[in-house]
Amino acid sequence: MTKATLATVWLDGCSGCHMSFLDMDERLLDVAARADLVYSPLVDVKEFPAMVDVTLVEGAVSSEDDLEKIRMVRAHTRILVSLGDCAVTANVPGMRNPYGPGPLLQRAYIENVTINAQLPSQVVPKLLAKSRPVHKVVDVDVFLPGCPPSADQIFWVVDELLAGRIPDTAKMSRFGT
Amino acid sequence: MSVRTLVINGKDVAGDADQTILEVARENSIHIPTLCHLKGLSDVGACRLCVVEVAGVNKLLAACVTKVEEGMSVVTDSPTLHDYRRTIIEMLFMERNHVCSVCVANNHCELQDAAKELGLTHFDLPPLEPVVEVDASHERFVIDHNRCILCTRCVRVCDEIEEAHTWDVFDRGAGCRVITDMGTPWGESRTCTSCGKCVQVCPTGALFEKGRSVAEAKHRRRFLPYLRALEQDQQ
Repeated sequence: MTKATLATVWLDGCSGCHMSFLDMDERLLDVAARADLVYSPLVDVKEFPAMVDVTLVEGAVSSEDDLEKIRMVRAHTRILVSLGDCAVTANVPGMRNPYGPGPLLQRAYIENVTINAQLPSQVVPKLLAKSRPVHKVVDVDVFLPGCPPSADQIFWVVDELLAGRIPDTAKMSRFGT
Repeated sequence: MSVRTLVINGKDVAGDADQTILEVARENSIHIPTLCHLKGLSDVGACRLCVVEVAGVNKLLAACVTKVEEGMSVVTDSPTLHDYRRTIIEMLFMERNHVCSVCVANNHCELQDAAKELGLTHFDLPPLEPVVEVDASHERFVIDHNRCILCTRCVRVCDEIEEAHTWDVFDRGAGCRVITDMGTPWGESRTCTSCGKCVQVCPTGALFEKGRSVAEAKHRRRFLPYLRALEQDQQ
């Protein structure tokens, strides 16, 4: 039997969910013994593999780059996990939604800047009209809300998935904190 | 005292004719989730979270405003009720801008707790994401309408306990708001006594004391039944 593969993806989030992932501490050895981390901000792999068993997604879908990335990830993932409040509800990135990207960029790059005020036009990906939860853009198999979800919760979900079960997160679900 | 006997979830119980299904259920350790209800205030059935099934009635009834009747048969939990309650909570989350992680009431919020209790892991309904005002004109308190679920606890405590009636409800539907003094800014209110009871009874982070940061708005509610009891003693 070949070893399972695991990936993590970082969209519009603060990386707190990835920090919580690392907070699994010695249990990371247990996970590593059962699955290979084949793509992640935590490892130096540039290309998403052809097919990954489990992908944890942190962050909302806020830019054209996020949108392209999550569609590609979904196409190459068996079980997609929406990890943390930004991925699940859009959370803090979604706070700009009532106003739209125009006033947001104006505030951040023009009004609050003292020198060389200009809107970004290169490298920085274009913002979508609304920041969206992952499941509003692609199908999601497992939801794990929390800001961030605790290391215990993440381990339980990963552990269940690697054991071939779809975890019922309803009993441990909580937004915020 | 006029006793009524009824059945709740198959259990024989008894209550006074003046009592609601919710009161009798709680006396018998039967849990019914609530949000707008608060012991010490009148009940208005605003949130509908406490809906129950009553045999022979073809609609769901709010347990907090339905009096017990002789021979009644009540079910407080079923897959149907669970679905309705989940939808109520989801609609409350989607109606305004609730962002638990950066809310003053994070970890001290009854809406957040209700979502947990009902096992909500995500929201399928489309969010309204309205532009909603925040009134920080009061010297000590803030009303953030982004977090308001229109439970009207503030309106009731101000009217029934403080007897100032500064708060009231304005407009309908998505435009509905709690307002102070016919819609003037809170800081200019001539009726507000700045007692802060409204802040203490708010189930979410809509009403809070200035200077509170994320997750710092703990509510102190135990004063309510005492004040109510004192009031009744005086009458």
